[in-house]
Amino acid sequence: MKPAAFDYHAPESLEEALALLNEYGYEAKLLAGGQSLIPTMNFRLARPAVLIDLNRIKELSYIEKNGSGLRLGAMTRQRALERSELVANHAPLLHETMPFIAHPQIRNRGTIGGNIAHADPASELPAVMWALDGYLKLQSAAGERRVAVQDFFVGMFTTDLEPEEMLTEIEIPAMFPRSGWAFREIARRHGDYALVGVAATVRLDEAGRCEDARLVFFSVGEGPVEAQLASDALIGELPGDALIETAAALAAEADIDPDGDIHASADYRRQLARVLARDTLRRAFERTK
Amino acid sequence: MKNRYIGKPLRRNEDARLLTGQALFVDDVHIPGMLHVAFLRSDHAHARIGSIDVSAALERPGVVAAYTAQDLGDYWQPGPLLVPPPPIKDIVFHACTQVPLVRDKVRHCGEALAAIVATSRYIAEDALDDIVVELEPLDAVVDVERALEPASPRIHEHIESNLAAHVVQEKGRYETAARQAHRIIKRRFLYDRGVAAAMENRGVVANWDEKSQQMTIWDTTQAPIPIRNGLAAMLGLSESQVQVIAPFIGGGFGPKIMMFYPEEVLIPWIARELKCAVKWIEDRQENFFATTHERGQVHEAEMALSEDGRILGVRDVFLHDTGAYDPYGLTVPINSQCTLLGPYRVPNYYSEFKAVFTNKPIVTPYRGAGRQHGVFVMERLLDIAARELEIDRVEIRRRNYIAPDDFPHNHEIIYQDFAPLTYDSGNYLPALERAVEMIDYHKFLEKEKARLRAEGRYAGIGIVSYVEGTGIGPYEGARVTVEASGKVCLVTGVGTQGQGHYTSFAQVVAEQLGVEVSDIRVITGDTREFHWGTGTFASRGAVVAGNACHAAAKAVREKILKLAARLLKVPEADLVLEGGRVQVKGKPDQAIQLGDLARQANPLRGAVTPGTEPGLEATAYFGPERGATASGVHAMLVEVDPETMMVEIKRYVVVHDCGTVLNPMILEGQIQGGVAQGIGNAFYEQLHFSDNGELLNASFMDYLLPTALDVPPIETDHIETPSPLNPLGVKGAGEAGAIPTGALFVQALEDALSDLDLEINEIPLSPQRLFELVEAAKLERTVVS
Ligand SMILES: Cc1cc2nc3c(=O)[nH]c(=O)nc-3n(C[C@H](O)[C@H](O)[C@H](O)COP(=O)(O)OP(=O)(O)OC[C@H]3O[C@@H](n4cnc5c(N)ncnc54)[C@H](O)[C@@H]3O)c2cc1C
Repeated sequence: MKPAAFDYHAPESLEEALALLNEYGYEAKLLAGGQSLIPTMNFRLARPAVLIDLNRIKELSYIEKNGSGLRLGAMTRQRALERSELVANHAPLLHETMPFIAHPQIRNRGTIGGNIAHADPASELPAVMWALDGYLKLQSAAGERRVAVQDFFVGMFTTDLEPEEMLTEIEIPAMFPRSGWAFREIARRHGDYALVGVAATVRLDEAGRCEDARLVFFSVGEGPVEAQLASDALIGELPGDALIETAAALAAEADIDPDGDIHASADYRRQLARVLARDTLRRAFERTK
Repeated sequence: MKNRYIGKPLRRNEDARLLTGQALFVDDVHIPGMLHVAFLRSDHAHARIGSIDVSAALERPGVVAAYTAQDLGDYWQPGPLLVPPPPIKDIVFHACTQVPLVRDKVRHCGEALAAIVATSRYIAEDALDDIVVELEPLDAVVDVERALEPASPRIHEHIESNLAAHVVQEKGRYETAARQAHRIIKRRFLYDRGVAAAMENRGVVANWDEKSQQMTIWDTTQAPIPIRNGLAAMLGLSESQVQVIAPFIGGGFGPKIMMFYPEEVLIPWIARELKCAVKWIEDRQENFFATTHERGQVHEAEMALSEDGRILGVRDVFLHDTGAYDPYGLTVPINSQCTLLGPYRVPNYYSEFKAVFTNKPIVTPYRGAGRQHGVFVMERLLDIAARELEIDRVEIRRRNYIAPDDFPHNHEIIYQDFAPLTYDSGNYLPALERAVEMIDYHKFLEKEKARLRAEGRYAGIGIVSYVEGTGIGPYEGARVTVEASGKVCLVTGVGTQGQGHYTSFAQVVAEQLGVEVSDIRVITGDTREFHWGTGTFASRGAVVAGNACHAAAKAVREKILKLAARLLKVPEADLVLEGGRVQVKGKPDQAIQLGDLARQANPLRGAVTPGTEPGLEATAYFGPERGATASGVHAMLVEVDPETMMVEIKRYVVVHDCGTVLNPMILEGQIQGGVAQGIGNAFYEQLHFSDNGELLNASFMDYLLPTALDVPPIETDHIETPSPLNPLGVKGAGEAGAIPTGALFVQALEDALSDLDLEINEIPLSPQRLFELVEAAKLERTVVS
């Protein structure tokens, strides 16, 4: 459980980091909070030849208002997000989610950028960012691009990032009026990756009909899984218990196709998905009021 | 006389050192020039070795040596059989013990194939990749029932099947009881356990000093003295040349009493080969393969009852998975067989088991050591009987308890200490009544449950009994010395793994000598300090070592009184020991400090009466005629979310009887820790093996230990029924917390889900497994209706 040998760089600026990344590309790994990378290196599942430590780059750690939305620096610690008033006010779904990510000790080190870039299908933040319609800023020595969260996740632990690119910022758009949100997960123990979890966002039109609904699951597939049929069933309708039950059942039975593993069978995951979809939709619609 | 120190909740002497990081653990040992070892371990569970080539590894800079089985020459020997089979009629037992490095065949995943010695652990691990192994994978034996089928692959070719042992024990005649029975309950039970997962993994540092020809070994063992004696013999050294130190150890729980682990045999040998210090620290991943486990049993059990719920007899036939080797003999299944009888009168008992080899890591005792399995079977049978006979769960237990005047109670079968299973003492009803009262059993069933149910909440209650055979022989010893400073030094051979020995043993000595507990320096687990004894296991520290401390302290007390009486010129009966001095009763100015007395007892010049022994010192030993039987009752309130199957433990009550309580705070700690492990066993921890015998969840990410957030506060109370078999009247308490939790958990869950008529006959559970069981029960109901 000791990592293989590697070269280590600790740049002080983003520019320097991007130059190093440009130089080493595939051979390098960025070290953010290290809460996912270091264990995989200790198990020798990852053997980067070069580590580029981002922890000295102050310019990558911030929580800023962007109109009514937010901009979050990639190196912002998860604990800082959890405690941020800006996040509580402008991205309450994110605020509600943070305590479910690992344990305080891990959130003290773990970063939002590292979490999203790691693309663990059991991770909360990719699904939450998806439900919030977030955007990601990807930078390299050659330039930058802005990618919708929905287009970023390619598969299990794989993203749209090129080897020379770094995720530098996460953008969360403003909430519309008459929006509601909710988050819930079922984990074996406090702080574990969830067996199943879901982030829900809904919006009503002036007549009180559902205008938009997103139900984004995690731990049920290769990455965040959006329940499209459930959304279709909700949009244009007046929310109510029967409708919510129908949407939840559609999500669990038709939208997701979970695998079984040692902790949960596919059937059990569907059962949990139905319960969580129902509960989060209920809560999200309540919050539109 | 009223106790001054025994029975007081004194703060632990060792905690300041432990909590501030000042305590020495094996990994804290650093010796200049020390080399580090990493082991190449097999990914396969069953495979024939072709060749192992370490030549490329030896080329790597920083690698000092590499060893395979071939390199060990005559030193390569299968380990000793630690516990021989007990003297039971017609017993079948095949000893197949572990080897230092695999020579011809791998028998479980993680078995060590080669050792690399390098200047750092990093380099040693790098070099593992350089080793080229050729092997032929074989079909693995994973399932304990299929292991005995004639077509099953064989693990040890020199025996004709995978049967490790076959044991029948019988008392009375079950068939006769069954013929007279009003009702027979018959079920199949599965009980699986996992790893002890001590916070500190194992580790060994060995230092061979060529000039002094001395071997010093720091080892995370629960048995430093037997390790010293064994290693001296293996290495061809005198016992006096080998010192084994078991310093502070971060949890033992049984697997660290196993000996000899391959690494324990190899690291000292390598140190002598290379004439230097060598360190190996097990990492968490290795711990899952290289440290012993406990594991599954499959029981086919039946109980014959009278109409009023009295047990007429029990018949139990079970299989015990012993893993790839059986160095610890039959301790675990014998414990299951014996502990099944619990606190109950069972006039007729037929118990038969087969221990079976499988291609899985070795099974040896882990806290509870097979007792859980037996308790589960008995308590389940009683629960089912209660339901079928419409008798309350508490009532059926009460009716079957051994009466307080029926002790010593001989169950007429052989226990793990090779003696007839005889309970020294016990009084079970008060604990049951107290637990009923503490958890408010009747109110819950009569009112609360229905009230919560009306709110859509599924709450349930459980209550179970158990006994724990503790404090078995053979013996332990202790030496007590009053030093010239007036402080006391207490040395005992047993090692310490967090139990609070530095305090509870000191309390026993303080009681005799009238000194403050904090003025007693306790030394444990260092063979240079004390080299007689066996080790810390079977909940025996307080009983066996504790009574040795008591005996040594009493002997020193006699010396003190004798000398002080002479010096103060008063009869011994007029003296009291208090506040670190001897004083004439009622005359505080006529006194002598213990330190002064110690100096007088060790004169530098002049003459002594011939035959005088120097110092205020005594060594004493204690060996009980047989073990002391502790007992208890656990009760629990749970709530289940019927949609997600997540379970919350609302309350957990333990009423425990371990005879005289030495330190109630330490005792509570023992119980809480045990319950936490019991909860882990019941609902969180499970080892998952593939069909090839690979362990699929060898990390704390997938092997779920309950955390502080998952273990509820535990409410405890004590009943004291002193053991008549030792002067302190103590019984062991080390394992009690962990023993009945599975049985309790299942009973409470069934109660919570009583709408479904669910019967759960297995442990461990998980929300996933509960979901399956509930779905199956629902299906059955629709089919029936
Ligand atoms: C016990 C435990 C429990 C956990 N439980 C959870 C949980 O319940 N939910 C959950 O979501 N997570 C959980 N985690 C993971 C935790 O949230 C990690 O912090 C997170 O996944 C990774 O963030 P990090 O900053 O530590 O990244 P690192 O571990 O440093 O990096 C992770 C990966 O992302 C890459 N990377 C890092 N930063 C960037 C960047 N700016 N641009 C491009 N690539 C980058 C790295 O190269 C690496 O490949 C847990 C971790 C532990 C140890």
